[in-house]
Amino acid sequence: MRRYLEIYGIMLRNSLIREMNFKANFLLWIAVELCWFGGQMVFIEVLFRHVEAIGDWTKWQMVLLLGTHQLIGQIFQAFFFVNVANIPELVRTGKLDFMLMLPVDSQFAVSTRQFGLDNVVNGLVSVGIVTLSLFKLNLHPDSSQLLLFFGTLGFGVAVHYSVMFFLATISFWVVRAQGLFAGYFNTFSLGRYPDVVFKGIFRVIFTWIVPIILVANVPARLLMGSFSQPIVYPLFQLAVGAALVLAGSRIFWKFALARYTSARS
Amino acid sequence: MLPPKYAKTFAIGLQNTFVYRWNILFRSLFALLPLAGTVFVWRTIFAEGSGEIGAYDYASMIWYFMLVLVVDNLVTPTEDEWQIAADIREGQISAFMVKPLNYLAYRVSLFLSYRLVYTMITLIPLVLVFSWFHEFVALPKHLLTWPVFFLSVGMAAAIAFLIAYSVALTAFWLLEISTLVFIIYSFEYFLSGHTFPIDIMPPWFQKILMFLPFPYEMFFPVQIFMEKVQGRALWTGLGIQAAWVLILWAASQVLWRRGIRKYQAVGG
Repeated sequence: MRRYLEIYGIMLRNSLIREMNFKANFLLWIAVELCWFGGQMVFIEVLFRHVEAIGDWTKWQMVLLLGTHQLIGQIFQAFFFVNVANIPELVRTGKLDFMLMLPVDSQFAVSTRQFGLDNVVNGLVSVGIVTLSLFKLNLHPDSSQLLLFFGTLGFGVAVHYSVMFFLATISFWVVRAQGLFAGYFNTFSLGRYPDVVFKGIFRVIFTWIVPIILVANVPARLLMGSFSQPIVYPLFQLAVGAALVLAGSRIFWKFALARYTSARS
Repeated sequence: MLPPKYAKTFAIGLQNTFVYRWNILFRSLFALLPLAGTVFVWRTIFAEGSGEIGAYDYASMIWYFMLVLVVDNLVTPTEDEWQIAADIREGQISAFMVKPLNYLAYRVSLFLSYRLVYTMITLIPLVLVFSWFHEFVALPKHLLTWPVFFLSVGMAAAIAFLIAYSVALTAFWLLEISTLVFIIYSFEYFLSGHTFPIDIMPPWFQKILMFLPFPYEMFFPVQIFMEKVQGRALWTGLGIQAAWVLILWAASQVLWRRGIRKYQAVGG
C-alpha cells in the first residue's frame, strides 16, 4: 500500500509541474467550466420562472444539487478523467503493453497518471456554489452531516469512475472510442436532475444498476436533511451501488485484458 | 454542377465515416439519455404547474425536443473542427497550397458527407424515439412550411459549420483550440435552443438573443416547422439567418487569409 502511495505522490508532482507550464491553458479550462456552470444556472433560472418547485425541490435546492453534482464530477475529473480517457489511445497504439509490464496493478497504472489541477479550482467554485445555496436556504449542517456528505461524495466519485472505466474498456473491441467522452457526459447529465422526476423502469435501472440518480441527490439531501425515509437506507443504496459498479468495472477490465492481443505483436 | 474533385471528396468522406458506424450508433444511443432526462424534468414541471409554460404544453414541449434531435443531427459538426485543427497543426495544409482545391470547399464537402452518414445511422434511435412518442408528432398544416424549413435548416448547418471552421482556424495561432471550442459549445448548447426553447426566456433576453447567430442553429428552424413563427417575423428571421451566414463566411475568409500568411511565413 505504501508503495502505491509513493508512486502516486511522484505522478502527482510530475502532473503539477506539467500543468503549471501551460498556465494559459489552465486558466482557459477554468473559463470553460465557468461557462458551462453559468449555462446550467441560466437553465435553472428559466425553469423556476415557470414553476415554484420540482417535486420537493425549490430553486436554491436545485442549485445545491447542481453544485454537488459538479463537485463530484470535478473530483473525479481531477484524479481520473484524463487517464481513463486515454485508455483507448493506449490500446490503439499498443502503449498499453508498457503499463501492463509495470510492477503495479494495471487498473491503478492506467487510472492515475495525471492530475487535473484546473479541476481543483473548478471544484472550489462548486464548493462556493454549495455554500451559497446553504446560505440562501438558511441551512447550517452539523459536523456529522458534513462528514456523511464527504463520505457520499467519495461513493459518487466511485460511480463516475466505474462508468467511465467501463466505457473505456469497451475500446478493446471498438477501434476508436471517441464516443467515450460523449457517453460519459451524456450518462451523467442525468445526475443533475432531482430524483423525483424519474419514474418507472428508468428509475429502477439508474438507481439500482447504475446508480447515477443517487450520486448527487443523496449528498444534497443529506445536507438539506430532506430524506423522507431513514438516512441509513439511501446511504446503504449508494454505498452498495457504488461497490457493485466498481466491482463490475474491474471484472470487465480483467476480462478484456485476458482477451487482449497487443496491437504491436 | 459540382466539380468532380469535391464530389470525390464527398464520396471519400462517406466511406471514411462509414467505417466508424458502430461508434456513431453507440454515441447516438447515448445521446438519448439526456433526452430522457429532459422529458422527465418537463413532465414533472408540467404536472406541477398550470399545464402550460409560455406557448407550450407538455405535448408541444416534447415535440419540440424531438425536432431538436432531428435538426441537431442534420446541422451540428462533430469531427470537423478537430480535423481542421489537426490539418493545420500537422502541416497538411501545405498540400492544399499546391493542389487546385479550395480548402473551405473541401471541408464543406466532407462536412456534408459526415452529416449524411450521421443522419442515416442515427435514423435508428430516431425511429425508436418517434415511435415511442408518436402521440406528440404534429406535422405542419401548410405545405409551404416544408421548403422554408429545409431552407432554414440549410442555413443553420452553414452557420454551425462556419462557426466550427472559424474556431478551428485559430489553430494557426493557438497551440490548443479545445478550450475555445468548448467555450463556444457551451454558448451554443444553451443559446441555440438545445436545452430549452428560447421563447420561454424573458422577452428582453429573447430580443437580444435573436440578433446572435446561436438561436438560428436550431431553435429558429424548429420554430418554423412548428409553425410558431409566421409572416413578417418569419421573413425577418430568415433575413437575419442569411446575414449571419454571410458574416461568418466573411470572418472565416479573413481568418484563413491571415492564418495562411502566418503559416507560410513560418515556412509551412
